[in-house]
Order: sequence, then structure tokens, then C-alpha cells
Amino acid sequence: MYRYDEYDQQIVDERVRQYRDQVRRRLSGELTEEEFMPLRLQNGLYMQIHGYMLRIAVPYGLISSQQMRMFAHIARKYDRGYGHFTTRQNIQFNWLKLQDTPDILADLASVQMHAIQTSGNCIRNITSDEFAGVAHDEVVDPRPYAEILRQWSTFHPEFAYLPRKFKIAISGSKEDRAAIYAHDIGLAVTKNAQGEIGFRVVVGGGLGRTPIIGSEICEFVPWQHILTYVESILRVYNQYGRRDNKYKARIKILVKALGIDEFKRQVEVDWADLKGGPGTLTGQEVDRVASCFTDPAYETLSDHDSKLNEFKADNRSFSHWLQRNVRPHRIPGYVSVVLSLKKTGNAPGDATAEQMDFAADLADRYSFGELRITHKQNLVLADVRQKDLISLWQEASVYELTTPNIGMLTDIISCPGAEFCTLANARSIPLAKLIAERFESLDFQYDIGEITLNISGCVNACGQHHIGNIGITGVEKKDHDEWYQVSIGGAEGNDSSISKIIGPSFTFFQVPEVIERLLQVYVRERIEAERFIDTVRRIGHAPFKDHVYAADFIAQDEEVADKHIVAPAQYEVPYFSPRF
Amino acid sequence: MIIKNKAIVADDWTVLRLQENETAESVHVAAGKVIVPLKVWQAQRDALQQRKEIGVWLASDERPEALKDDIQKFSVIAVDFPKFSDGRGYSIAFNLRARLSYTGELRAIGDVLRDQLFYMQRVGFDAFAPRPDRKIEDALKGLSDFSEVYQTSFDRRLPLFRRAQRKGNQAESSQ
Ligand code: HEM
Ligand code: SF4
Repeated sequence: MYRYDEYDQQIVDERVRQYRDQVRRRLSGELTEEEFMPLRLQNGLYMQIHGYMLRIAVPYGLISSQQMRMFAHIARKYDRGYGHFTTRQNIQFNWLKLQDTPDILADLASVQMHAIQTSGNCIRNITSDEFAGVAHDEVVDPRPYAEILRQWSTFHPEFAYLPRKFKIAISGSKEDRAAIYAHDIGLAVTKNAQGEIGFRVVVGGGLGRTPIIGSEICEFVPWQHILTYVESILRVYNQYGRRDNKYKARIKILVKALGIDEFKRQVEVDWADLKGGPGTLTGQEVDRVASCFTDPAYETLSDHDSKLNEFKADNRSFSHWLQRNVRPHRIPGYVSVVLSLKKTGNAPGDATAEQMDFAADLADRYSFGELRITHKQNLVLADVRQKDLISLWQEASVYELTTPNIGMLTDIISCPGAEFCTLANARSIPLAKLIAERFESLDFQYDIGEITLNISGCVNACGQHHIGNIGITGVEKKDHDEWYQVSIGGAEGNDSSISKIIGPSFTFFQVPEVIERLLQVYVRERIEAERFIDTVRRIGHAPFKDHVYAADFIAQDEEVADKHIVAPAQYEVPYFSPRF
Repeated sequence: MIIKNKAIVADDWTVLRLQENETAESVHVAAGKVIVPLKVWQAQRDALQQRKEIGVWLASDERPEALKDDIQKFSVIAVDFPKFSDGRGYSIAFNLRARLSYTGELRAIGDVLRDQLFYMQRVGFDAFAPRPDRKIEDALKGLSDFSEVYQTSFDRRLPLFRRAQRKGNQAESSQ
């Protein structure tokens, strides 16, 4: 993976110094909270219900075992012993003190990490495919370009005070696993007919209040020109994006208002005199960065391991795990393993310090010391020898990292929701728990097959509910109680789509029953191996809607009971949000 | 006092801002060194361009191209930051320098704070009028927060990868 040279290190160290001084000025009252806010936000520090939340960048989701151990250290020393991995491949710590944050950043800098631009109206941490470099369907390895873009966007002087946040995702495989259509800029690295490398550029996607699938602005930007092309997109947006209404400030609104053709024209006018200029990328720089992403020392192995088959035959859990959590690798004898952070009862994406340390050990022993964080809030060991799978599985099971549910119903994506977030209309994590408990049966889940379920506590869509096959959103109602909207038909990847709401909203305890009914329709209507999403697309929303609303919901016993009981055990927090 | 070319210096320009009851056509521009709003310049161009020294300022929603034909007439061009979080001024400055080849003094006015100065100097500002309620000595420090940058902007025409001999992984592993 990428290693800092003295320049990278110096910039990050100077950032720590600058930030330390900003915190000092805030604590001494020299800076008002209003002035400090954008400064801390550009450093990933949010003010949340329980205090400060720090979001740390994991550039394009790639992390070394040493860096993972630093997260464990931060969790223990400054937080309550756990952290939360996010859909943007970052990690968040929820219980920090402002005074500690400069030290945390210094600790991070010592392992080549930072929290730069993980929040605020700037270019955010760049996300990518969690299987970059190892995927069997990869056309071009996106990691060198992701790193080049990381450097280009870091402290870009012109684009630090954009109308709104700006998210870039990059993918290099046939199947898009980076949700490039749901980003402000989505990049697909690819090759043209002549075999030259370039980028298909998609712009104006985004979720939030106004979900929009991005539009293609250029079919092929040769790699040399990608930085200047992206610069021109940003410059047009910086000048003309709306600043009068923060709900209309994302680039997607500008692209919609101008139309993609007019937007493209403006970008190309700006680009005309940058193209070929000094910002043009050099082959030497691509080679330099790519030299950090060369293959590890793979052994020459063959693909079949008879011991594995034997073990599989008489161990059902293991064979489930092989089926769901282990993915093919482009090198014979190797596989990628997904460590599930979705054990029923836990908050999706949460990991304890012990799990982090342990995952780091696994990486050292089985995967060349590297890990990846997925946008579905799990961890990946990308380069595991097939013959190590049994011992890896046995060890990881002890740390509850082998729930065989990847890509299935209980692999739920969830935002932090009302326990943590001041913007929430409703709880997300406890709902994820309730749903996971209801559908815990593996037989049931395997029967349902591939499905995505995304939960956001409000319209901001941090849980990306618009691109879940089933999406759940906490909505605002006059009575200030918790209500959830349920939508179906969303998807990410090559055939991305935005989900549609099925009808009036539901209470917390009704949601699992709603899901049950949606699945009943699917089971009734599906043809052969059709996935849930395929059935929705084929038969439309109506049959689902009709069935869900056909019968009354019977009040559950728990509803009478204390709402607190559904919070995951590690949160010793009351059910509380200032909004209620 | 303002910051100019990285030093605190005395300043004898005044910035004219239209009051509610004033119009660009009728406002009286005092004698001496005045930085007038773009609209005033456009309305009173004939008279103003007779002056030996005149400055103009752009609001964040105005276009620098509006000054295209006059650009060398000004002793100073200022860009107003109505709020520090309004980042349009950065692109205005970049365009004035890089696209319109403006070489005179380019001054940031309005909600100009220490923590924005580093970025401002990179896109082409060489003069800063920090908010008067802050110590200008502190603001000056903001110019030297970083000693190295990655990307090209107006101040560094070459990105780091074209300026420096950077090490990749090969170099590291051969150590
Ligand atoms: C707890 C503190 C958080 C706050 C206050 C927060 C706030 C927001 C807001 C206001 C938006 C909407 C922005 C817009 O539409 O312009 C948003 C979008 C988003 N956030 Fe968060 N968020 C938080 C945590 C998270 C977490 C934990 C994740 C990942 C699991 C996340 C991922 C996202 C994503 C993917 C979007 C959608 C991006 C888009 O609109 O295109 N956020 N967030
Ligand atoms: S979706 Fe809403 S409730 Fe959930 S984290 Fe984002 S802003 Fe908070």
C-alpha cells in the first residue's frame, strides 16, 4: 500500500501543529464556536449528542495492520473501547474530548494517517472498491489513481469552501463496487479500444434529500488529464453551485438546473486552457505511486485444497461462511475474506478494540499485513491463501467476526441515528438490531438470498437508504414520535437505481413485520433464482404495497416495554435525542 | 494596517461600500485612493478612469471577466468575502491571475480570517485586510501554516510531482 515519503509526512505533521493551535485558540476563546466549526469540520470533528465525534480518513478503505492497531489504541485510550466503521470506508469515534483531539491526530500521524477533509464543505476522503487490486473482474487497478487524487485534493486551496461537501468515488472493475453513480464525481478507470487507460467520468450523483443518479459527463478522459478535468468540474461548481440554500447546494442540483450538456460545456470551456498544462499527470508520477501497489509476494499455489472440501462437507457453518464471506481472487490458490461486523445484536459497523487488534493480527499472519474497510461496513482480508481458511475461520469465530451473512438480509447498513446524531428523526442502530434478531435464522436468510437493507435515521441518507433494495428512513412527523418510511427497489452498482417509498410510514416495532411481508411477496412471486431486486423490477411496487398494507399490524408486547431495551448492550446510553 | 507581501504595512486605501440609499450612478467617490464596487466602476467609468490611482472590488457573485478590458487600469483589485465560508472568492482570484493575467495588487477584504490566509495566498492574493477585531500579527502567522503543498495553483505553477524527486516503494525497499 502507499507509504508516505518525507513530503506526505511533513504535510500531515504540519497539519497536526496547525490544528493543535486552532484547538488552543478555541479553548482560550480567541475563536468563536462559529469560526471554529468549519475548521474542526475540515478535520472530521463533529459535535454530537455525547460530545465530539472524530471521523478519521481511511483513504480508499485501505489500511495496514499497524494502522488498525492505532485505531484500537485510540478506542482504548480516548474513547470507550470501540469505533464505528462507516459507509465511506472511514472510522468514527463517538466519545472524545476536544482537548484530546490534537494528541489523537499526532498519534495518527505517527502511522501515516489523518482526519483531513473527512467533513466540511470540501473534497472528502476518496472512496473505492474494497477489492481493488485483487478483484477477478478488475480492468485497471484504481488504487494509484485514488492516491494521486487524495494528494491532489488534500488542502486544495481553491476548493476548501465549496457550496457543500464533495465526494469522489473511483472504481476499476467491470462491476462497480464503489457506488460511483451516487457520488458528486464518480470515476471508472477503464481502457479504450487501443488499450489506453482513461476515466469515464460521472457527475452529479448523490443521495440525501434529493437522491439523483449521476450523469456521464465524459466517456473517456485520458489518464494524463484527469486531475485538470476534475479541477475544472470543481471550479464550475465552486462558482455557480447554489449557496443560498444548503439543501440545494450539492453539485447534483447545479447539474440538474443547467442540464448535463450545458454543465459539460462550461467545464470544457474552463478546461480548455488547463488541458496539457502543468497540472497534467506524468507517467513518472503514476509509476511512482503504482510502485506502492505492486503485488505482494504471492506463492504459486493451485486452486483446490482437498482438506478444505473435507472440512466443508462436515461443517455447515464453515461451508456457509465459505459461500458468503469468501470471494474469488485473481491469483490461483488465494481468496479474499470478508470479516463481518454484522453479528446479530451488534451495531452494524462497530468493532471493539479487541476485534481491531485481532483483525490486525489476522492481517499480519494471513494477508500480508493489510486490511480494507468496505462501504458496507465490514472488514476485508484481501489476500488469504485458501489453505489458511480453516484456521482463519476458527480463530476469527472466537472474536465473532465470521457471521456468514455478507450480502444477505442481516448485513444491514445503518447510520448512527438518534443515539448519536443530532439530526436524527429516529433510531437506526436499535432498529437494525430488532430486524437482525427477527431474521437471524440462516436458513431463512439463505432462502431469501442476496438483498441489501439500508437504514438512515433521517433524510440525509448516511445509511444510503435510497440505494438499498429495501431502504428505511426515519421521518419527521408532527407528533415528534419515531416514524419510518419504507422504500424498495434501490440498488447500487452497474444498474443503480433509487428506491421508491411504498406508502405511509410505520412505527419502530412495525418495521420488521413490514419487511417480513415484503419478503412474503418476493417468495410468492420470484421465478427461480431471481433476486429480490429483480422481482421488484419485474412486477413493480404494487403487489408489495398491497400486501404490506392489507392486514393490520398487531401490537407487540415489547412496545409496551421500555424502549431502552433495544439499544445494543455496549451503548450505555439512554434513548435520547434533543429532537424528541 | 494590512498584510501585504507577507508583511504588516500601513494602508491608505479606503473601501467604498454602497449604503442602502445610495446608487452606483450617483454615489460620490471621494478624492484620494478609493477601492470602488464593480458597479460603481461600471457606472462612473469615464470619470474614475481619469484618476491617477483607482481600485475596484468584486463581490463574490460577480464575474472577474467584467474587468477584462480594464484590468491594467487598477492599482488594486479587491475581492470581498461576505462570509469566510463563501469560497467563490478563491476562484475569482485564480481566474483574475491565471486567466486574465492580472499582475497588480490583489487584496482579500471582508470576513478575512487567519485560517483562510494560507489558501488565499495560494490562489493569487498578495494583500489581506484581516477583520479589524482580530490581531493582525496573529493573522500574519496563517501565511506560514504549511511549508509544502501537493497541487498546482497560482502560487506554485508546478505540482509537487513535477518539482520534487519523490520516492516510490522501490526506493524504500532497496534501503
Ligand atoms: C453522526 C454524525 C453524522 C452527521 C451529523 C452526518 C450528516 C450528514 C448530512 C447532513 C448529510 C447530507 C448532506 C447533503 O445531502 O448535502 C449526510 C450525508 C451522508 N453521510 Fe452523514 N452524517 C453523520 C454520520 C455518517 C456516518 C456514520 C456515515 C457512514 C456510515 C455517513 C455517510 C454519509 C453518506 C454516505 C451520505 C450521503 C452522501 C450523499 O448525499 O451523496 N454519515 N451526512
Ligand atoms: S442519516 Fe440522519 S440520523 Fe443518520 S447519521 Fe446521517 S444525519 Fe444522522
